Amino acid sequence: MDLGADLRAELVRAVATTIERHAEELTTLDQAIGDGDHGLNMKRGFEAVLADVANLSAKPWPDFLKGVGTMLVMKVGGASGPLYGTLFMGLGKDLPAEPTRADLVRAFRGAITAVQARGKSERGQKTMLDVLIPVAEKLEAGVAETGAITLAAHAAADATIPVKAVRGRASFLGDRSIGHMDPGARSSALMIEAVAKVLEKA
Amino acid sequence: MQSVGVVIVSHSPKVAEGAADMVRQMVGEEVPLAWTGGNPSGGLGTDVGQIMAAIDRAWSNAGVVILVDLGGAETNSEMAIEMLPDDRRAKVLICNAPVVEGAVVAATEAAGGSSVDIVQQTAEEYSAR
Repeated sequence: MDLGADLRAELVRAVATTIERHAEELTTLDQAIGDGDHGLNMKRGFEAVLADVANLSAKPWPDFLKGVGTMLVMKVGGASGPLYGTLFMGLGKDLPAEPTRADLVRAFRGAITAVQARGKSERGQKTMLDVLIPVAEKLEAGVAETGAITLAAHAAADATIPVKAVRGRASFLGDRSIGHMDPGARSSALMIEAVAKVLEKA
Repeated sequence: MQSVGVVIVSHSPKVAEGAADMVRQMVGEEVPLAWTGGNPSGGLGTDVGQIMAAIDRAWSNAGVVILVDLGGAETNSEMAIEMLPDDRRAKVLICNAPVVEGAVVAATEAAGGSSVDIVQQTAEEYSAR
């Protein structure tokens, strides 16, 4: 697998494109149970990452991921900034310059643990963790097929619909949060799909 | 010794500024005070870089307390604290208290020369009443 600058740039473009394409949908989901800014916030964050793609992708994996995370922290403006920022910074934290698949899977789990600490949240609370954790489990079980990973991510996002939120702004709604997909779970699933598709070709 | 500083972080710059006005009316100029509100595009939200700048404006060697409104303000403030230099990080505490009442109570306590822990505790006790 060639894990070079071109691949890093392609990953940034793929994720930024899917966020841009789904920004309105994410905002609509967030209007139902949050403060209605998730799509716009994520779009602003990834536009900033995209604008700096040449510089970021020239860096080795750990610094690239930390750079993306820091950019999201500084630019997103909602709680999703520190949460996704922590995810990307966490991915870069213990990664060797030329990571193997096993390194990436381990880094993904470490990053999820960091997101849990940042959001003081656990699985089953109608958050992005409800997508990230099942995907990590698939990867840890050795599942490598793009379709299976993507399917697992979207199924996990769908599974947040009947859940009652206990974290974040949606928790203010109590039972009224039931029946809506969590916007963070949706954006996580979209990003996982985009990343999986790029890595499949790599 | 300089009194503990107070930072107000709201999704809305109007709320943050208004809360700061109320603090000023109570304690005058003796407490270092800064506010910030709005996301990096100027809409409702919070901005990690601006929170770090506000901490810097309200900096006191005695420490700084931060009052936040809703979730993202807290998460972004925690992130801002983590990104501070090592020697400052431990001196900055977030108060689990309502932003307006908490800011006024914290500033009043700070004006009396209390430590950063006591200022935080007083603001939080007020909200628990």
